[in-house]
Amino acid sequence: MSLCQNDIAYDAPEWLTGEHMTGTTIMAVEFADGVVFGADSRTSTGTYVANRVTDKLTQVSDKIYCCRSGSAADTQAIADYVKLYLDLQENETNEDPTVEVASRVFQMLCYQNRDMLSASIICAGWDKNKGGQVYCLPLGGMCVRMPFAIGGSGSTYIYGHCDNTYKEGMTEEQCLKFVADAVALAMHRDGSSGGMIRLAVLTKDGCKRLNIPGNQLPTFWSK
Amino acid sequence: MSSIGSGYDLSAGQFSPDGRVFQVEYAIKAVENSGSVIALRGKDGVVFGVEKIITSKLYEEGSNRRVHSIDTHIGAAVAGLLSDARAVINRARDESANYRDTYQVPIPLKSLTERLGKYMHYFTVYGHLRPFGVSILLGTWDETNGPKLMEIDPSGTARGFYGCAVGKGKQNAKTEIEKLDLSNMTCKELVKEVAKVIYSVHDEVKDKHFELELSWIGKETGGTHQIVPQDIFNEAKTYAEEALNDSDDEDTDM
Repeated sequence: MSLCQNDIAYDAPEWLTGEHMTGTTIMAVEFADGVVFGADSRTSTGTYVANRVTDKLTQVSDKIYCCRSGSAADTQAIADYVKLYLDLQENETNEDPTVEVASRVFQMLCYQNRDMLSASIICAGWDKNKGGQVYCLPLGGMCVRMPFAIGGSGSTYIYGHCDNTYKEGMTEEQCLKFVADAVALAMHRDGSSGGMIRLAVLTKDGCKRLNIPGNQLPTFWSK
Repeated sequence: MSSIGSGYDLSAGQFSPDGRVFQVEYAIKAVENSGSVIALRGKDGVVFGVEKIITSKLYEEGSNRRVHSIDTHIGAAVAGLLSDARAVINRARDESANYRDTYQVPIPLKSLTERLGKYMHYFTVYGHLRPFGVSILLGTWDETNGPKLMEIDPSGTARGFYGCAVGKGKQNAKTEIEKLDLSNMTCKELVKEVAKVIYSVHDEVKDKHFELELSWIGKETGGTHQIVPQDIFNEAKTYAEEALNDSDDEDTDM
């Protein structure tokens, strides 16, 4: 944005004009009884950290959550719409919505508005048909189920680590450690990820939330 | 005004003094005059059977069908006024397409029946509308929820069924159906029984010609509603005809 005042060209700083982005690290893993998912907590406007304790794990129904990355405004609006759709369906059918339906509604909204949105979402939840499920919805409106998914700018730093560390049939504790370590590694390398780690475990009994403060993050060789 | 309805049967918008809506009852009568339509729900699917009465030999075979697909995963068979039925089927197709557009998954049978029941009921509460002279049987099957069968009558009431019969021969058909061990039978076995029931309830004195229509949805068809394939159809038809001949022989023996 450029404003002319008294013949002096004035460029407003990016932290005022820029869009709030969740330059992010998000992650979700399926395990036998449900899903484990987590995220960092940084919201940035360019290089300015607008919020250092953001909650990017957003609930869309009783047992379905999404991890948001991309434009904060876009992903919040999408999550609100999905919440509305799932509420409507729950009212009509008297049954808990399935994770498949939630992710397909995410996909519909992301695909139909793909020219206007910058949203990359991981949809994770539990339902009685298929148990714990993770669906990955990257930028263009694709939707695919995965045993685990990572997303956001920070994820590019940890693809190798995740491929190397992920094992089939991990327990809840192993999954929690896998997510916490991976997100910590990404936050360490990625300038747009940081703050604290927010974790959640979702099973048939509901959601359990955990937080790792910024001064207690897992450390590695560089300390 | 001294006739049956004594003036209270002219519109669906008014109750009679003893609390009846005659127009709806007349619509139900219209269904009872139609050829028999039955549906059986087995352990792995639903089979529909229709006794389509042919009023002229000049009609082309296969015309005026009474079994239809609402969506790939939902089949329907209709009894009553055929043109009314087409309107109801169109609405059912619109509703299932609308659900797919909104939620990106096939409509559950329960939701479709509720929506369609609401639509049919709407026509029973206004004086300027006429209720549909139609009963519709709806069936579906999928891997997680298994088979489901429902019926909606002209009043808009919907019920779930193991086996269901509407039309002329409904009383006889129901007694035949009750003899079957439905929840332990497969679609392949049921096709034969459906054909047999249709043939046994057909009244040759009143209606000379009829065409048998069979369709099914279940494990056999991979969850898609289909017309029963010709070879299985022929097998079922022969089985039904033979069963009918046998019982006729018994009758003459006596």
